[in-house]
Amino acid sequence: MFFLIFKRFVLGLITLFIVSLITFIGVEILPGDACTSYLEREAFGEALAACIKRLGLDVPAHERYLSWAFNVIQGDFGYSLSGQMQINEVLGPRVKNSLVLASAAIIIGIPLALILGIITALWRDKMPDIIISTVAIFSMTIPEFISATLLILIVAIWLEWLPGIVIVPTDVTFFELLPNIILPVIAIAMIMTAHMARMVRSSVIQVMASDYIQMAILKGVPYWKMVFKHVLPNALLPAINVVALTIAWLLGGVVVTEVVFNYPGLGRLVIESISNRDLPVVQALGIILASIYVSINFIADLLTLMLNPRLKTLQTRK
Amino acid sequence: MKTNIQEIKDLSIGFKSQKGKQISILRNITTNIRKGETVGIVGESGSGKSTLALAMMGYIKHGLFTTRGECLFKSQNLLSLNNKELEEIRGRKIAMIPQNAGQALTPNLKIGYQIEEALRLHTDYSKTEREKKISELLNQVRLPSPKIMALRYPHELSGGQQQRVAVAMALAGNPELLLLDEPTTGLDVTTQAHVLELLKDIAKDTGTSMVYVSHDLGAIAQVCDRVIVMYAGEIVLEGPVRKILKEPIHPYTYGLLKSIPKLSLAGLPDSMPGSQPQPGNIGSGCSFYDRCNFSNDKCKVNVPKLEYISEMDTSVRCFNHSELISITSEQKSKNHLQKEITIDEILDLKDVSISYAKQGIIDQFLNKVTDTNPTVKDINININKGETIALVGESGSGKSTILKSIAGLLKTKDGYIKFDKEKLLSGDLKKRNSEDLRSIQLIFQNPDESLNPNHTVEQILSQPLKLYFGLTGSKLKSSIAELLEKVRLGAFYMSRYPRQLSGGEKQRIAVARAFAARPDIILCDEVTSALDVSVQAAVLDLLQKLKEELGTTYVFVSHDLAVVKAISDRVAVLYQGRLCEIGPSKNVYQFPSHPYTEVLIGAVLEPDPDIKPKLVAEDIVEEKPPEIGCSFQGRCPRIIGDKCRNETPPWQIGDNGNAIRCHIGIEELKIQQSQC
Ligand SMILES: Nc1ncnc2c1ncn2[C@@H]1O[C@H](COP(=O)(O)OP(=O)(O)OP(=O)(O)O)[C@@H](O)[C@H]1O
Ligand code: SF4
Ligand code: SF4
Ligand SMILES: [Mg+2]
Repeated sequence: MFFLIFKRFVLGLITLFIVSLITFIGVEILPGDACTSYLEREAFGEALAACIKRLGLDVPAHERYLSWAFNVIQGDFGYSLSGQMQINEVLGPRVKNSLVLASAAIIIGIPLALILGIITALWRDKMPDIIISTVAIFSMTIPEFISATLLILIVAIWLEWLPGIVIVPTDVTFFELLPNIILPVIAIAMIMTAHMARMVRSSVIQVMASDYIQMAILKGVPYWKMVFKHVLPNALLPAINVVALTIAWLLGGVVVTEVVFNYPGLGRLVIESISNRDLPVVQALGIILASIYVSINFIADLLTLMLNPRLKTLQTRK
Repeated sequence: MKTNIQEIKDLSIGFKSQKGKQISILRNITTNIRKGETVGIVGESGSGKSTLALAMMGYIKHGLFTTRGECLFKSQNLLSLNNKELEEIRGRKIAMIPQNAGQALTPNLKIGYQIEEALRLHTDYSKTEREKKISELLNQVRLPSPKIMALRYPHELSGGQQQRVAVAMALAGNPELLLLDEPTTGLDVTTQAHVLELLKDIAKDTGTSMVYVSHDLGAIAQVCDRVIVMYAGEIVLEGPVRKILKEPIHPYTYGLLKSIPKLSLAGLPDSMPGSQPQPGNIGSGCSFYDRCNFSNDKCKVNVPKLEYISEMDTSVRCFNHSELISITSEQKSKNHLQKEITIDEILDLKDVSISYAKQGIIDQFLNKVTDTNPTVKDINININKGETIALVGESGSGKSTILKSIAGLLKTKDGYIKFDKEKLLSGDLKKRNSEDLRSIQLIFQNPDESLNPNHTVEQILSQPLKLYFGLTGSKLKSSIAELLEKVRLGAFYMSRYPRQLSGGEKQRIAVARAFAARPDIILCDEVTSALDVSVQAAVLDLLQKLKEELGTTYVFVSHDLAVVKAISDRVAVLYQGRLCEIGPSKNVYQFPSHPYTEVLIGAVLEPDPDIKPKLVAEDIVEEKPPEIGCSFQGRCPRIIGDKCRNETPPWQIGDNGNAIRCHIGIEELKIQQSQC
């Protein structure tokens, strides 16, 4: 088992390495470089030379990659072009804001998805299932930018309950942020919950149809005891990875939602830095998003490994 | 007369089709289970056996519902009870032993917990009493070291052990009625015989009534007092086990018994034409009309009633049953003459060893060979043109492994495989040329897995024809029709998808696909194990006819000795990947034989309650073959001490031409074996 975990870990690192290479090469083969794209029409003469010197663009590509990668490992992403400040300083508050948004969505979404998924499975084809499943399909098929806009329209503009657009400085405190995140969280959680609930539903239904559940019923195990002891552990285990994938995929949704709500998080930063041609920041974001993706999946693997008795051998148990 | 413990009255169960039509899968079932009696329910797959057994517990699967009738357990209708009341009965009064214990034990719970759960629900023992009882139960089902067993998860047990745990669990509540749904299907012959022994003992010791569902008449013959034969959701015959198996007076049962290959008879069994009608497609007359050899016009329009014949204590649903009484049920076999095989070698396996052990990265780097004890070792077999050679052995004996390496799906570790005298076959599929690939074809156990569900029969069969012969257009079409003709299917099957075919038809398509390549050798991996006996007989018959017509060579892998005897010219017996015995099939089943072959033969179940299996060896599962000495030393009932443990036994050739690998001399074996 230890070996398996180690293997997953190494695979994760390799994935990150490849992502870093791709983002680096991608930036490299775009016409022009960081300086020309940033300086635009002033990209000549002394200004250009100074910029090139400052960013170290005169050394060969592979050396630049190495020194960049070395710095990244130490947590230093270098300088942003537009803000002329350290990328870490740019990223810090954005990461925090996005994290608040995403964790709120996850904290609400996962338990809700579990409950809804289990309810729909246990009352399969009955009223609760029909209602919840219809709503879930509905919210799954509406893209975030539409549901987000609708939320703004209804809650913020018609009812005027909550601010529609987030107008706060990037480095707000947590409590200042709170009222502003309610709508974005709802927008993200809605679609995520719907997806996860459907997964949980089909997983539970599959287990309910298995021979061992039929056996448990025939053994006379009371219904709820059967659900908690025999069904859920086996149904939720395969769901862990699916949930992880959903969360990882949610990263894309966060970008869209942040832009619609003008929310000062990582997602908006992606769009901003791309339109500003701030290539070092784009590179840094690529790495960060990839690491989040890889670590979510790694955690899911770890959980699955720990919970699955099939992967524990007699020796490791004793 | 004994009292009834369960009475089923006019029970019909069905479902609603997509068009809203009501379709019955059980029709007007009326029967009783008496106290202390073991009743067998037999029938083809889909005849409704499991549905009936589950109804006896008041359990109706999702999507099905009762259309009429009742299931009375001690005059209480189970089908009208609510969940709470049923929980009181299930496990405590009526318990179930499922078909596949491997899938019926909850994977995340230790088996000790699962047994304790049953005890907690159905008894009022204290915690310490329960722990004692768990050990007792595990002992009762003859599981070694109960204390350690209880701490294991289901996946840490072998198939036979899982089945025993399921029995222990069912016994926990001290039930009055035990329902067993194919409890031994999927187990090795020796394990099956042992589990049946155990069940019989339990029935005797505890006086529990049992309902034993199975498609295997051999198993039914061993344990049951009374038998119910089902066909297309109806009871067609019911009576005492001896009467049913020795004087079957229903044409279906008669045909079924004739389609079972038996060790005592040479040649292929008779096959029954056609297949069981699907629910909802049952015609107006007798449901067996299409396949019946005794039918007349009356049967076509009138439905026969279940009629009780008091002198035989048997109920039968057939207008013409009196015709069958006169026929002796003696099986006249077709006796396919095993023609003399000319020595004309087509495949030569020389010193073949195969290992599944993956070499560690470091060992690979240092080029170290680590596996001194490979899964399959020292296999020497040569196969002649037009011969059928069978590989038999229990699960884990390496039969499929050898097939895979002939097919090029596995690399051999040592030795070589030569084709057509001079061509060395590469162990790497990619390195084989198209001619080699064409000449060796495989047919798999489960046609559901080997046929692409999204392709029509035409697409499935056109692939090899296009690949090896480049056929297109009308030529391709006519070749496909010809192939279908060969496997006795009409050209209209071309547009069908696998899901629109029955199990037997699917396997025929798989056979046709293998023959499409016009191969020299066909490797058959348990090709009939997933089929019902009547269908199995038809597939065996087909394989035999095709071989006579085309001169193909078969390598036939099976765990069923009777099937092997029926189809093969020569048999090779394997234990733990080592050859034990090889010789003409008619001789392998006569003594003297290798002690392992003797164990296998002893465990064969004949569909005759008066022939008992001989259980000579324990059904232990060995993890891997011993490093030195005889491969069978761990279980051999005739072991002669250290010689067997330390020295590899020599090959000895008996006067009947079969080779046995044992330290005991041929003559000595003959004497010992003729004594018992
Ligand atoms: N939920 C269901 N909905 C519709 N038809 C079903 C359902 N369950 C079973 N059937 C049909 O009912 C018939 C009887 O099924 P059953 O499982 O009782 O057969 P069986 O005799 O036990 O077969 P086997 O030997 O394969 O176990 C089959 O034709 C099957 O396809
Ligand atoms: S009633 Fe007729 S068709 Fe049916 S089994 Fe008897 S003889 Fe055959
Ligand atoms: S060699 Fe010994 S252990 Fe092996 S089969 Fe013969 S008697 Fe049994
Ligand atoms: Mg069944």
